[in-house]
Amino acid sequence: MGDVKLAYIVQKPQYKGETSRLAITHAIAYQTVEILLDDGDTVTPTLCFIGEGVLGLQKGQKAMDFYGITSTETHIKNCLLVDLDVLVCKEDLAKYGITEDLMPDADEMGADKKIRVAPFSEIQKAMEDAKHILFF
Amino acid sequence: MATLTIGCFPGLVGNMTYDFALKLAEAAVNKGHKVNIWFSGNAVGSVKAHQKHLKDYSTGEKHLKALIEKGVEICTCEACTVARGIQKPEGIEKVQWNAMHWYLAKIHASDRVLQIGGE
Repeated sequence: MGDVKLAYIVQKPQYKGETSRLAITHAIAYQTVEILLDDGDTVTPTLCFIGEGVLGLQKGQKAMDFYGITSTETHIKNCLLVDLDVLVCKEDLAKYGITEDLMPDADEMGADKKIRVAPFSEIQKAMEDAKHILFF
Repeated sequence: MATLTIGCFPGLVGNMTYDFALKLAEAAVNKGHKVNIWFSGNAVGSVKAHQKHLKDYSTGEKHLKALIEKGVEICTCEACTVARGIQKPEGIEKVQWNAMHWYLAKIHASDRVLQIGGE
């Protein structure tokens, strides 16, 4: 069957509920899915944040210090480290007054990938290219 | 016939979304489709055995057992489940326990996927 492309669309803010975080961890799980698939089969998620989903992504989070839980920032860094495509809607960031330089990176972990702040048209393209779209 | 995988995230009690997911699975399997259900988030609370079905509350156990008997594969996210204090020996028999890659693997082989969001 080869590669199956998935688009994960996160519309809820981080920390408000659980599912916005579960989108990230479910996307990272693509790293280990091959143990359950036939040779040559893969799953490739693209993680997209739109609407209120762009909230709670900024760097400098202290969730571990204050609540003893892994921050969204750390999860995002792990996404980049495992080469996931992470798209954040440019228009929605602008709507909330969040600048692109506030988006975290995982340079210090040696990640090649970076968050891509992309126009919605690019996120729409990711949805069109995907076999399945999962809304979180 | 097709393969349908349902990602079910809402809690058992407090809304009817969970009930809808199971009814949908039942309708699909009754039409001859292959159905997989993945529980994550608050939905994992529904895999605990010995639920008392009070008429004011939705129940998962009897519906899950019936679906399993019809060949539906049901799996709960182990991390989400143990985080809520439910251990595998307390779970409903024949419900599988696995990690998120189980869901992705089922998606890979599915014709349709319904992600039913939770809280």
